[in-house]
Amino acid sequence: MRQEWYDFNGGSWTTDVNVRSFIQHNYTPYEGDGSFLSGPTKRTLELWDKVLELMKVETEKGIVDVETQKPSTITTFGPGYLDKDKEVIVGFQTDKPLKRGIMPNGGVRVVKNALEAYGYSLDKTTEEIYTQNRKTHNDGVFDAYTDAMKKARHTGIITGLPDAYGRGRIIGDYRRVALYGVDLLIEEKNHQKKLLEIQTLESPDIRLREEISEQIKALKQLKEMAASYGFDISQPAKNSFEATQWTYFAYLGAIKEQDGAAMSLGRVSTFLDIYYERDLKNGLIKEEEIQELMDQFVMKLRMVRFLRTPAYNDLFSGDPTWVTEVIGGMGLDGRTLVTKSSYRVLQTLYNLGPAPEPNLTVLWSVFLPEPFKKFCSKVSIDTSSIQYESDDIMREVWGDDYGIACCVSAMRLGKQMQFFGARANLAKALLYAINGGKDEKSGEQVGPMFAPITGEYLDYDEVMAKFDQTLDWLSELYINTLNVIHYMHDKYNYERLQMALHDINILRTEACGIAGLSVVADSLSAIKYAKVKVIRNEEGLAVDYEIEGDYPAFGNNDDRVDQIAVDLVALFMNKLRKVKTYRNSKQTLSVLTITSNVVYGKKTGSTPDGRKAGEPFAPGANPMHGRDKKGAAASMASVAKLPYKHAEDGISYTFSIVPKALGKNEEERINNLSGMLDGYFHSRGHHINVNVFDRETLMDAMEHPEKYPQLTIRVSGYAVNFVKLNREQQLDVINRTFHQR
Amino acid sequence: MKEAAAYKKQLPGLSYYRYKRITGSIGFTGAHIVAAGRVGDTMGIMGRIHSLESFGTVDGPGIRFVVFMQGCPLRCQFCHNPDTWDVNKGSQYSPEQLVQEIMKYKSYMDFSGGGVTFTGGEPLLQAEFILEASKLCKKIGISTAVDTSGFIWNDTVKEVLEYTDLVLLDIKNYDPVVYKTVTGVSLAPTLKMLKYLKEKNVNTWVRYVVVPGLTDNLDNVRELSKHLDDYPNVSKIELLGFHKMGEYKWKELGLEYKLADTKEPDKELMQEVKEILETNGKVVSVSL
Repeated sequence: MRQEWYDFNGGSWTTDVNVRSFIQHNYTPYEGDGSFLSGPTKRTLELWDKVLELMKVETEKGIVDVETQKPSTITTFGPGYLDKDKEVIVGFQTDKPLKRGIMPNGGVRVVKNALEAYGYSLDKTTEEIYTQNRKTHNDGVFDAYTDAMKKARHTGIITGLPDAYGRGRIIGDYRRVALYGVDLLIEEKNHQKKLLEIQTLESPDIRLREEISEQIKALKQLKEMAASYGFDISQPAKNSFEATQWTYFAYLGAIKEQDGAAMSLGRVSTFLDIYYERDLKNGLIKEEEIQELMDQFVMKLRMVRFLRTPAYNDLFSGDPTWVTEVIGGMGLDGRTLVTKSSYRVLQTLYNLGPAPEPNLTVLWSVFLPEPFKKFCSKVSIDTSSIQYESDDIMREVWGDDYGIACCVSAMRLGKQMQFFGARANLAKALLYAINGGKDEKSGEQVGPMFAPITGEYLDYDEVMAKFDQTLDWLSELYINTLNVIHYMHDKYNYERLQMALHDINILRTEACGIAGLSVVADSLSAIKYAKVKVIRNEEGLAVDYEIEGDYPAFGNNDDRVDQIAVDLVALFMNKLRKVKTYRNSKQTLSVLTITSNVVYGKKTGSTPDGRKAGEPFAPGANPMHGRDKKGAAASMASVAKLPYKHAEDGISYTFSIVPKALGKNEEERINNLSGMLDGYFHSRGHHINVNVFDRETLMDAMEHPEKYPQLTIRVSGYAVNFVKLNREQQLDVINRTFHQR
Repeated sequence: MKEAAAYKKQLPGLSYYRYKRITGSIGFTGAHIVAAGRVGDTMGIMGRIHSLESFGTVDGPGIRFVVFMQGCPLRCQFCHNPDTWDVNKGSQYSPEQLVQEIMKYKSYMDFSGGGVTFTGGEPLLQAEFILEASKLCKKIGISTAVDTSGFIWNDTVKEVLEYTDLVLLDIKNYDPVVYKTVTGVSLAPTLKMLKYLKEKNVNTWVRYVVVPGLTDNLDNVRELSKHLDDYPNVSKIELLGFHKMGEYKWKELGLEYKLADTKEPDKELMQEVKEILETNGKVVSVSL
């Protein structure tokens, strides 16, 4: 064994790149409570004060500073510091804290527009290079898009597509750099490349050989970048500090050269814990010093920044980066993967105060140690900064070393990536079915031309038959659009470093999504169980609906409508499965809107459930606001019925409750929240955001944002600073169901 | 019959005879028990239910499925659910139908140490229905609680208590005169039930609503505290601060809300009341 690995138990990880094997042979499960935890050190607090000052400037100006000339690569910038003497973990994306870099490989127009929106301008030479000499991902996509794809994108039946920016949702196994050092990883890549010297090289093989070469270059640059900070990461990390710093360097390299929508971290806390435990046992470190490492690591993760256009922020409010870190879960052998460091990373929410990033995600299992369940519940009640996902569901599918990309997308670390596909607007698709493929807002023929529904009242069977046809068209168009996007992304904006931290043979998923599930389920329920009268304009276009009678609404644990929602997910997923995908990726589906439920609603006409044109959809898989009338558990039960096997990219549910409705005192609230999570996940719920707030607090924050700089709220698979949302989004959050009883 | 007319005014839709039967002042005769909401002999027992809440956390321990039963003989001035008074409103459920609904949430109850709570309204006004529903709940391992004023007293109620794990007994006041003012009925049946609960050693939480100017007489609270010293089955006293969240319902029902000008109690008052009740080691919780 290598000398850096002293005291570690051996296993296949010593001969192959296999971080899971290392964890399983060496980690120390922790079943105790949080009483061992330390507060922040003085220098951590002093450093954090400086960050808060900078963030204040950022809130006022939009951005603190930005590069306008040099496109960002791993090595573009020399070292950058905030306060070198106080920084235990070092490294920024550019030469200054919170200064944003530019990454025009995704699309130069977006970079130019974003710079101009903040009062900067793109360097003329750089612009010229990226318009005349170097083609971008965005140019490639639009060269290949069909007219039908452009139309669908324009009307918003498919939106949020990563065709002008980095696709993200790829998690490099950043732990590999700490465990093996970069040289060993390069050696492994060279070996794999050698194996690809085969008799007939066809285009997929040629592509792969080129990709591996790019990966090796990126790894070499990563060493160079770390060296600029005075560290040699060619060899494995030897101690707690190096393990933390090396892991961060690997992640930092990725975010220096890629500005993907979601740049998630993976599952590092239990991995790092092994180094912390070894040093603790050998008396080399104290608890306070470990917490300092964790606090400062997390502080850096809170400072990840990308340059975005204001339009992008309308879709994904609050400047999110989705630095998702998963915590806890259970191992396949039945031992818990909770370690002391699972507590330490959550403790940062107390030591540094609540924050939206990193996107802390607890992998919940009913088998988790009780003290950890209680601790998480307490953190949720105090900070509203964490989300929960079912380890019991995902472990069955993905094993016990997966991370979450973005909000709810599980992927086995270093063995899997996804082609991010944003989402299709199912509510609009239903309206197309009623209007013979015409857009309900513009009257334009977007979908295939077929006979519209002309009856005065909607007939369930007739609507379903046409909806089915519409979904056939939509699923084909959707997958083909994604194929174009990801072909071009691989070609013009390949994620060299992140893919260098993957195995050579990986599973690729083509991650589709849907928006408006509860709107469509309720609409179909209204058509089936009440009477829905169609209001048409002069051109005969159905533009509004009148409902006569009551109908069961999604969110009340009523099978009559819940089954409609379940069937819809399966129906659309099965259609997606029929369409051929780029690189033989596996089709998956998410029920997730992020905050774009507001924008989707804006672009969609009135729907047969009684929702008026322009009104927001519910986020993710949530029931529509105010229609879930039987209390929180009934609402959750409806959502938990949605089948994960047909939505393997995740099912997002956002839950808000006033503190009083959780119990009469802190102890009761903790017990009840923990019991609620157990109940929800036991009944096969997949994901839940937990917000514990009084509506009055949010109203006050709207009026006096300066009083609430760190007020964090979970929106849909991630969290935001409430005061960074625009007014419309703030109102949407406030108007959503808050469980009160 | 002057008395009958008075009751009728209090209880729209309930005959004097039925009222007396239910409150136990007329003896029960087995088979033809008249439970409110019962729809003839052939159709089995039906309950009238105001509403259901799948996630209750303030009516007993853990996460509770809360059944708000329709109908109440009391007319408490501070009532926040006056829409549950009328015995003829609500939706009808059979015990089986209700328990099927409750069962859906069993995992939430199991993990949190919760159960089902029958409240209302006065749930024991429909004791026969509660009895059947409680039996079914116990059969499938769901813990049961009844939130009652203790005003209803009869053999069926006694039987219900055999299937009840926790009684939330609301003592609206300890002074019989004030009690009558606050609720419109007399205190004696409540204390009788409390005594019975002690005899049968039924776990009981006493609930007391603090309304400034109405139920905040401290001497009175001292008397209550002394009284409760003799009841080891009372494991907790819950002090609830008066609030006006139900005021709009009074208006909607066209009723006069007498406490419109009454203030909600402050922390200091709640603390004072708490300290009095805490004597001799009694456990008191406060919620404002």
